[in-house]
Amino acid sequence: MQTEKAAQQAGPRRDDPSPRGGFMNYGLFRSRDQRIVGGVAGGLGERFGIDPVLVRIAFALLSLSGLFGVVLYAVLWAAVPEAGNSTPAVLAPKTQRAVAMGMIVLGVMILLRPLGLWLGDAAASSLSLAALGAGVIWLTSPESRRERWSRNVAERMPDGPMETLGATDRVGKLRVWAGALFVAGGVLVFLQRTNALTAAPGIVLAVVATIGGLGIIFGPWGWRLLRQLTEERRERIRSEERADMAAHLHDSVLQTLALIQRTDQPKEMVALARNQERELRAWLNGTPTHRDQMLSGALEEAASAVELQFKVPIEVVTVGDAPMDENLQAVVEACREAAVNAAKHSGAAQISVYMEVEPHAVTTFIRDEGTGFDPSSVAPDRRGIAESIRGRMERSGGSVTITTEPGGGTEVQLTMARSK
Amino acid sequence: MNDARIKVFLVDDHRLFLSGVRSELGEEFEIVGAAGEPAVAAAEIVAAKPDVVLLDVHMPGGGGRAVLEAVHRDHPEIRFLALSVSDAAEDVIAVIRAGARGYVTKSISPNDLSAAIRRVNEGDAVFSPRLAGFVLDAFGGEVAEPVDEELDLLTQREREVMRLIARGYAYKEVAKRLHLSVKTIESHVSAVLRKLQLSSRHELTRWATERRLV
Repeated sequence: MQTEKAAQQAGPRRDDPSPRGGFMNYGLFRSRDQRIVGGVAGGLGERFGIDPVLVRIAFALLSLSGLFGVVLYAVLWAAVPEAGNSTPAVLAPKTQRAVAMGMIVLGVMILLRPLGLWLGDAAASSLSLAALGAGVIWLTSPESRRERWSRNVAERMPDGPMETLGATDRVGKLRVWAGALFVAGGVLVFLQRTNALTAAPGIVLAVVATIGGLGIIFGPWGWRLLRQLTEERRERIRSEERADMAAHLHDSVLQTLALIQRTDQPKEMVALARNQERELRAWLNGTPTHRDQMLSGALEEAASAVELQFKVPIEVVTVGDAPMDENLQAVVEACREAAVNAAKHSGAAQISVYMEVEPHAVTTFIRDEGTGFDPSSVAPDRRGIAESIRGRMERSGGSVTITTEPGGGTEVQLTMARSK
Repeated sequence: MNDARIKVFLVDDHRLFLSGVRSELGEEFEIVGAAGEPAVAAAEIVAAKPDVVLLDVHMPGGGGRAVLEAVHRDHPEIRFLALSVSDAAEDVIAVIRAGARGYVTKSISPNDLSAAIRRVNEGDAVFSPRLAGFVLDAFGGEVAEPVDEELDLLTQREREVMRLIARGYAYKEVAKRLHLSVKTIESHVSAVLRKLQLSSRHELTRWATERRLV
């Protein structure tokens, strides 16, 4: 099955318009699809129609006899160009790949042991533990994150070791060489001193040099990874904000629009639309939070509540402003009551509220062009005007003037002296 | 509507709104053109020679103010009435200072809009209650020494007129309450508009921006 597929893919692969023409024009490419380490075995399999697994086994056998397989693989990896972008470079079966990498690392370490390059059992066991831990993290982390990691790594490994380490320009190459020299120096000093462990300062120096070298080589890579993570976090916050905004618009504006289309009561429709408009505008303008502690804000809030309840538009105009206090609270309450009366009884299509804040007094007018009424005909037991408007204002030291006549509309004037 | 109908030009980037206004005003006025983009609007207005331009304030590409400034300099005889969904102070004050003869919000009823167009065409100013409120607010506090008293302060009468308009009274009712003729009220209103446009009070612009912070 796999063989068939590989053979089918081998055909078109040779026609790839690769500028390098393949390995000496033999049509050999490193595979991007059948890849565990470098895609060499996969490429060979595709080229000659053999199952890549067999090729891999061959490489493994050759490696047992004195590293020949490893060297051959390395040479081919360096010499054979990578296949064109037929399919995106998916690092297929992830677990398989991870296990293979781990085994290669382990094998290399064991091979190094007889050569006297063994790091010591402590170092080896801690390395193994670290590798095991990384493997566990890799396998248990969510798929999306794993993909991002491998993408990050893959992006950093385009061609050779230099590019892998970010050495794409002259300065970068210099940096890598300097780092490599540091590492080599560190290792050399370390090897020299392992026999004479008494020279503690030397070891410290060696360790510092090694760490410094590693830092120079891998520092930028780590830095970039960190930057990428920050960028991702920022992106997440941004998208949360967008979601917040969408939710807000959805709850208010879209909801209202949907209702408007269904309702056959124009009055309610207008009130709804007006209320949403006001809310949206306040939200878009980012109205300061302390606005409701100001007189104008409190008045507008009261007006919009009445408007929403009685479905009569209320036009509020304020001139000047003042921080809320008890007396002004009484004004707002009285004003609300007057607006409710106008909305309930006048039959007017619109109510105008005008408030002017002057240094010595606050004057408010609530006006409608409705039916009006005869003040003398209002029954004394009707408490609306008497108690909630006049009583409230007078208790706080204010006054009320009502101008009205049947058929001529009504205007309620509230005056409140300002406490200094 | 005497011998010739008033020629009106519409500038608005909302097609739906344009067609709505067109059908509302089409009977009484002659719609000589409409434009949706500020970039082309100025040239089209000059070519169409309308009496009154209905101008949307918020548009992409400079907004209504850019159109107003481009036309107003060379053609002061073309009158502008700003029509906007926004009633934010800095929008209103900005287009009035740039030369618009009035400012009404889009929620205005068709009858009121017709009346406003006629009034602007006759050379008068149009003050909505909210605009009157802004004027009182801007000229209200005696914060600094006026540079030019003629321009930088409202007279007592003008202040009374503005207050009544802010309270929701029509010009006719204002005239009745103050025992004046409608013509006198109109001249007061025009005087206030002139002051609003020419006043050197730098508080006027500062006020508009500050007010949003309060």
